[in-house]
Formats: sequence, C-alpha cells, structure tokens
Amino acid sequence: MLIDWFTVVAQTVNFLVLVWLLKRFFYQPILNALDARERRIAAELADADAKKMAAEKERNEFQHKNDEFDRQRAALLNNALSEAQAERQRLLSAAQNDFDNLRASREKALSREYRSLSEALTRKTCAEVFAIARKVLADLASTTLEAHVVEAFIRRMRELGDDEKAQLASAFQSRAVSTPAASTAKPTVATVATVATAATVAEEVLVRSAFDLSAQQQNSIAAALKEILGVESSVRFATEPELVSGIELVTNGHKVAWSIENHLASLEKEIGKLLENQTGSEPDSGSASAVEIPPESR
Amino acid sequence: MHLSPDDIIFWEYGFIKLNATIVYTWGLMFVLAAGSKAVTRKLSVGLERARWQNLLEIIVSAIKKQIEEVGLRQSRMYLGFVGTLFVFVATASLFTVIPGYEPPTGSLSTTTALAICVFIAVPLYGIKEQGLGGYLRSYLEPTPLMLPFNIIGEFSRTLALAVRLFGNMMSGTMILAILLSITPFFFPIVMSALGLLTGMVQAYIFSILATVYIAAAASGTAAAEANDS
Repeated sequence: MLIDWFTVVAQTVNFLVLVWLLKRFFYQPILNALDARERRIAAELADADAKKMAAEKERNEFQHKNDEFDRQRAALLNNALSEAQAERQRLLSAAQNDFDNLRASREKALSREYRSLSEALTRKTCAEVFAIARKVLADLASTTLEAHVVEAFIRRMRELGDDEKAQLASAFQSRAVSTPAASTAKPTVATVATVATAATVAEEVLVRSAFDLSAQQQNSIAAALKEILGVESSVRFATEPELVSGIELVTNGHKVAWSIENHLASLEKEIGKLLENQTGSEPDSGSASAVEIPPESR
Repeated sequence: MHLSPDDIIFWEYGFIKLNATIVYTWGLMFVLAAGSKAVTRKLSVGLERARWQNLLEIIVSAIKKQIEEVGLRQSRMYLGFVGTLFVFVATASLFTVIPGYEPPTGSLSTTTALAICVFIAVPLYGIKEQGLGGYLRSYLEPTPLMLPFNIIGEFSRTLALAVRLFGNMMSGTMILAILLSITPFFFPIVMSALGLLTGMVQAYIFSILATVYIAAAASGTAAAEANDS
C-alpha cells in the first residue's frame, strides 16, 4: 500500500501548519509591504498630480499674462506707430508748408530781382542807345544838315495851324502888355506863336541852336518870324551844343523848337511809359520762367 | 530502491512512524518559514528594496494575479491556501537538486493529504461564498439527475489531483535513480533539470486546479463551466 494514513494525517497537519506559517511570515508581510508601497506610490502620484495641476494652473496663468502682455505691447506699438505716422505727416506737412512759403518768397525775390535787373538793363540800354544816338547825330551834324534843320524849323513855323498861330500871337501880345505869366502854351509842343497883328511892340526873341547859324540863316529865320508874327522883333541868336542838331525859339517863357533832342526825349519818354507798363504785367511771365527749383534742392 | 519516501523510516513507535516524507516536509517548512521570516523582517516600503524581498514580492504578486485571473475576486482570502500549495510543491521539487533528498510530494501519502485538503477546502470556500444551500444546490446543476455524477466527479478529481502529482514526482525521482544506475554523469543531470521543470509545472497545475475547483464552488456552476472551458 502506497498510502500511509498516519503520514497522510501528519502531512495534512504539516500542510495546515505551513499555511499558517507562510500566511504569518510570508504573504501578510509581503502584501502589507506591497500595499504600503502602493499607497505611497499613489500618494506620490497624487502629490505629483496636484503639483502638475498647480504647475498647469500657473502655466496657464503665466500664459494668460503673457498673452495679455503681448496684446498690450502690440496695442502700445500700434498706438506708437500711428502716433509716429501722424507726427511724421504733420512734420512733413509743416516742412512742405515751410518749403512752399520759402519757395514762394524766393520766387518773389527772384522775380523782383529779375524785374529790377531787366528794368535796369533796359534803362541802361535805352540810355546807352540814346547817348550813342545823340553822339552820332552830334557827330553827323554838318552845314548841310544844319541848313536842313533851319529849313525844317522855318517850315514847321509856317505849317502851324491857325489856332497855334493865334496862341503864339496872343502870347506875344500878352508879353507886350507885360503879362508873361499868363501864357499857358506848352513848351514842348511844337507850337508856333503867332504875332498879334495889333501888337506894335517889338520883343526880343531868343533863338538857340546847336550850331552857329550863318547870317543868311539868321535872316531867313527873322524874315519868317516877321512874316508869321507880323511884327518886327529883334532876334538874338545863341549856340547851345546839347540841343543836338536842333533849334528853338524862346520868348517870354514860351518855346517853339525843333531838334533831334526833342524827338529823342519824347521817344525816351514813350519807352519809359512802355517799360512801366511791361513791369506792371511782367511778374507772371517772369515768375514762370525765372524760378523753377529742381527737385533735388527741395 | 524506495518507491516512496514513506518507506524510509527514521523512527517508529507503534503506528507512529517518523519517515522521510515527514522529516523532509519539516525541513521544507523550516526553510520556508525561516527564510520568509528572515526576508520579511526588514521589509522596505520604498522603491528601493532587497533582492530577496523582490523575489518574494514577485512570487506573491504572480500567485495573487493568477488567482484573480481564474475568477476569484477576493484573491487575498485564497492566497494563503493556494499559494502554500504552489510554494510547497514547487519547493519540494526544487530541492531535488540536493543529493540524498527525496521530495515529499513523491509520496502518495503527501499528495493524498494535499488532495484531501483541497477536497475539504472546496466545499468550505463554496459554503462561505454561497451559503450551505447555495453550495449544495450546485450539485443539482444543471439537472438533479447529475447529482451522482457531480459527487463522483468531486471524488474522482481529488483522486486525480493526488495521483497526478504523485505519479509525476515519483516518476521523476524513479527515472533519475534508474538512469543513475545505468548511465551515470551526463544523462541524469539532464533528467534532473527536466525533473525540475516538471516539478514547477506540476506545482502550477496542482495549485491552479485547486483554484479552479474553489472558484467553481465559490461562484456557481456557470463560472465553473466558464473556467473549465
């Protein structure tokens, strides 16, 4: 028989004792240790979770703050940019205005300068031209020319209109009555005073010429005066070189003259008027042509 | 040659016999208890722990997990019984590497004792879980006609438990002894290693079958069928 029942019982008891022993010394302590470790690990995990949550919360908070900071910074930057842009625009506008004002004033100054220069140049040119003309005519003056001048003077007196002759005659008359200031005849106009027929008083008449008149020429002038004025008057002749090939009759503040000088004076006067008119209307054309500032200098 | 360590008798007084089975079992009990005491005296609950503690923790955890996988939720309640079955059988076969040692599980008396323990433990755990009526009703499942077969099955599986373990352990020892006499040196070593493996497998089979029986009794026929399948 392979089964020994005493041994069976003994082994059963042994086994039960072993169960108790192992339960006490093996399973329970090991399970307790496992439980303790699990609890500890769980606690550590929970702690880690809590820390993680806290870290997450702090991170979110920090992220939120960071975002907020970024937004504020962007807003500030935008504001600063827009302000800088506005300031730039304002400065540019001011600079443009200043530039425009400066440019306008410079344009005006240049225009003025141009006008005055042009005017001075024109006047100088005119003066030079007239000086040359005077000099040329004076140089050209000759006996033949002087004869022509005398003839022209006499012809001019003869060609005077009736009214002019009457004025000249009345002037002579008033001169005879010793009222020389009453004369209103214009000296520059080539008026020829006609001698009043009723007047019997002879008056000295001054005839000035740029050249010396010959006796014949003097007689011709005197005869012409007598013929025109109808009075015998003493004529005194004088030589004045500045008359420029001219001849003039002066009496009692009245003057009847013919000379190139007079023509030149009258021409100069007309040109002076013309220049005045031109300078009055010149700024437009002057500003357009004179002042054009290149872009580089702006 | 002894077929069973029961035959090696050290001391005898009447029917009381102090044979090798009992003596080696005591030796095993002493080693296990002393070793456990020594290891668990300074248990660490931290992450750093001793190698022996680690080994014991692995063993305990594996047994516990195995019990749970079989279907017993309250594994701690069964850990003492099932775990001791496994540890005892495994240690008994493991010690065969010691010359002159005879495994107590190679004795039919020991395996019968273990089988009887299982035979008694199964209804106890079943009654504890389901109550007496619930447990007894499980014998009438699926039909009352099955009652005799269920009772026969209860006995036959206990017998099978005892004989299976005995046959395997005894055969291992016998083969080793025979081979030692025929071809010494190399071959017995291989067979000894194979015997170790067989012993471990038998320890696992014995304890897992006991667990299945207990689980079947504790959780009803349906669970038992599910576990059997």
